[in-house]
Amino acid sequence: MSKSWIDEALAQSELGHEGLAAEGRRQLPLADREQQVLDRIDRARRRRPKVREERVTMSHGAGGKATHTLIEAVFLDAFRNPLLEPLEDAAQLAVGGARIALTTDSYVVSPLFFPGGDIGDLAVNGTVNDLAVSGARPLYLSAGFILEEGFPVADLQRVTQSMRAAAERAGVHVVTGDTKVVQKGKADGCYINTAGVGVLERDGNLGVAQAQPGDAIVVSGPIGDHGITIMLARGELDIEADICSDTAPLNGLVADLLDAVPGVRAMRDATRGGVATILNEIAKAADMGVLVSEDAIPVREEVRGASELLGIDPMYVACEGRLVAVVPGEDADRAVAALRAHPLGEQAAVIGHVRAEQPGIVQLKTAFGGTRIVDLLVGDPLPRIC
Amino acid sequence: MCLGIPGEVIELHPEQPDLAKVNVSGVRRMINIGLLSDDPPAPGEWVLIHVGFALSKIDEQEAAATMQFLEGTGQAYEDELAALKASVIE
Amino acid sequence: MRFVDEFRDADKAHALAAKIAALCEPGRQYKLMEVCGGHTHTIYKHGLEDYLPESITLVHGPGCPVCVIPMGRVDDAIHLASQPDVIMTSFGDMMRVPGSGGSFFDANAEGTHIRMVYSPLDSLKIARQNPDKQVVFMAIGFETTAPSTAMTMIRARAEGIENFSVFCNHVTIVPAIKAILDSPDLRLDGFIGPGHVSTVIGCRPYEFIAKQYGKPVVVAGFEPLDILQSIYMLMLQLSQGRSEVENQYARVVPWNGNLVALKAIGETMELRPYFEWRGLGFISHSALKVHEKYAAMDAELLFQVPGVRVADPKACQCGEVLKGVLKPWECKVFGTACTPETPIGTCMVSPEGACAAYYNFGRMNRNRVAEAGVAGS
Repeated sequence: MSKSWIDEALAQSELGHEGLAAEGRRQLPLADREQQVLDRIDRARRRRPKVREERVTMSHGAGGKATHTLIEAVFLDAFRNPLLEPLEDAAQLAVGGARIALTTDSYVVSPLFFPGGDIGDLAVNGTVNDLAVSGARPLYLSAGFILEEGFPVADLQRVTQSMRAAAERAGVHVVTGDTKVVQKGKADGCYINTAGVGVLERDGNLGVAQAQPGDAIVVSGPIGDHGITIMLARGELDIEADICSDTAPLNGLVADLLDAVPGVRAMRDATRGGVATILNEIAKAADMGVLVSEDAIPVREEVRGASELLGIDPMYVACEGRLVAVVPGEDADRAVAALRAHPLGEQAAVIGHVRAEQPGIVQLKTAFGGTRIVDLLVGDPLPRIC
Repeated sequence: MCLGIPGEVIELHPEQPDLAKVNVSGVRRMINIGLLSDDPPAPGEWVLIHVGFALSKIDEQEAAATMQFLEGTGQAYEDELAALKASVIE
Repeated sequence: MRFVDEFRDADKAHALAAKIAALCEPGRQYKLMEVCGGHTHTIYKHGLEDYLPESITLVHGPGCPVCVIPMGRVDDAIHLASQPDVIMTSFGDMMRVPGSGGSFFDANAEGTHIRMVYSPLDSLKIARQNPDKQVVFMAIGFETTAPSTAMTMIRARAEGIENFSVFCNHVTIVPAIKAILDSPDLRLDGFIGPGHVSTVIGCRPYEFIAKQYGKPVVVAGFEPLDILQSIYMLMLQLSQGRSEVENQYARVVPWNGNLVALKAIGETMELRPYFEWRGLGFISHSALKVHEKYAAMDAELLFQVPGVRVADPKACQCGEVLKGVLKPWECKVFGTACTPETPIGTCMVSPEGACAAYYNFGRMNRNRVAEAGVAGS
């Protein structure tokens, strides 16, 4: 932020100032004044996003508010077109009569190898999943490698073998690729970029904007496994736990779900930003309220323990093999049954519902019985001592 | 300032008396128990962990006493509810 | 999770909520302050205010040691981090706190490399692993955390580690409470007392609040039932006209505190004559610096720290919010110039700050569980 960021913030708020003059405001009864302030905040939140920072920070990569602002203010602004606008996990294209889905992802995880998988697994599974949750049958992947000078060839082979095995498991093929090498100090060993193509064979359009009051929100299994695994694998926290990444290809699971419930409204791959981010995306895109129940959300004991120890909320922690689905209320039980019948969906559960009240806002009913708002984080969930 | 988590001491470090391994819900970490040197915890005892240090031992008796109060409140509430219901029926 | 789950039982909460409501005098308003940021966090995380009757308002106090660090000190830390061959280490809480030119995250974007650690011992480990670098630990926190910094310094000396130092920003809780008690526009009836600070300093230091100012204090645990029970105990005192210090968190807090911890602090740190608190101004004897016997580990002495004082922006009304005079939404810049993304003052800086907590969690029509429970049984 620039040195005068405070002055800028104050000046900007003057520009956006609406409503009565201060004295006029004070005449209103207390509850109305509070409501005015809340309305003002809501309007400010819905305003066109603007990137205030001069430089990209780690927050921009976390999948939260900063990322969304960057995407909307920079990328969407520049590339604007109707195919990009929905900002779903994959773009849905019509090419010569066929409907295809196209997605892209980059993998920059560190460490490259961790309990439950490696960057190669993530690269294949992540791309397959983006296609699957868009309703497509994943077919072909590209794999671009950016390698750091000095990276051991043995590690590269290990990563590619993982990708081969993952591709086989998912039923896709890597059909094209690229290799670049950069100087020592860049690329953290190895970065991978992928693009994925799948075919949209089913009728109907999936999209979170279609969520309607009464819809159920379903998650396919326990959350937070991957993100916590990575945090612990970085070795800085000296914590031992039997947690491993949940990275997995979800196309089989998705197919089962869509077979059982063709009326699924939307699905999302819960990656960075966690389940909380997806719930907010649903609320915002559909302009609906979302209410979820804390004790309905599956979390492994160890993930809970590690999160409590670090002061992190598992709802914001990345997964790599979990989907969140929005299904019509009457189909909820059938959806959960279909998911649970599949090995990757054993602990699937309904975690909440879409509703008309409080549009755009995600609320959580705590295990304790009270309610609180689950907002987008600005950046990554940070371990806290307070 | 405030994030303290209860953890169970699993084992003391064989060479360093200041260190102990604790278990928090299946997650294990080595922590420093130097602040409890007046009355070091033994395996099986519970401690409050804050930024890698044990700040205090958790007194199981006090915990039980607090729970009793809370449970007693629950029971008293049930009793009152029952009394209220009974008094309405005239 | 043991010692956690039992204290999150919803049925017991309903019972307690009814008892609390029963103790409210009709027509009287009660304002209770929870001093501790961790308590604010629990209250919001579990939606505890839904359990309280309308007549009880919880006021969120200055117990967030991150929020109260003035911008000038953040600037100093970034300056330290930018020195050649210095590795600055910090808790996660500090990473987004803005100085006058931005936060640690922003500084990292400009080329410094401030590393996040979970414990001061991790910082010491980094010092061991990087003998050619100077590793500085940004020490923050109340008396809860000071002993950990102290023990780390003692250990560093014992091991002969010479490239480790501390940028000390520990603050003490009692002077802040006193500053609030002394403010002329104070309207508080009682205090939910700090939980983990009390494991170190014990409960005696709060006796002046009860004896001299006549306000009851209950030292509280961090689970939702702990807080509800503490509120119940406060209301009981108020209804009986008592003002005492009570310990609800007896399973963790020893009445006399932790002498080993206090000794460690005494050996490695000493009180600053005064320290500036964001939003509260200068408070005397409210913060710690590295003891002269440990001068070799005092980052402020080892490096040229600019020490420029950056005043709170005039628009900032944190002081009044912290004292319970203003509600967050009543501050002129709340939600407009001052948001979680551009936090101007202490109350918005950390997620536990009163304003941030309200902005994130409180924006909704609350269903009063307590009234529902009492009315419709």
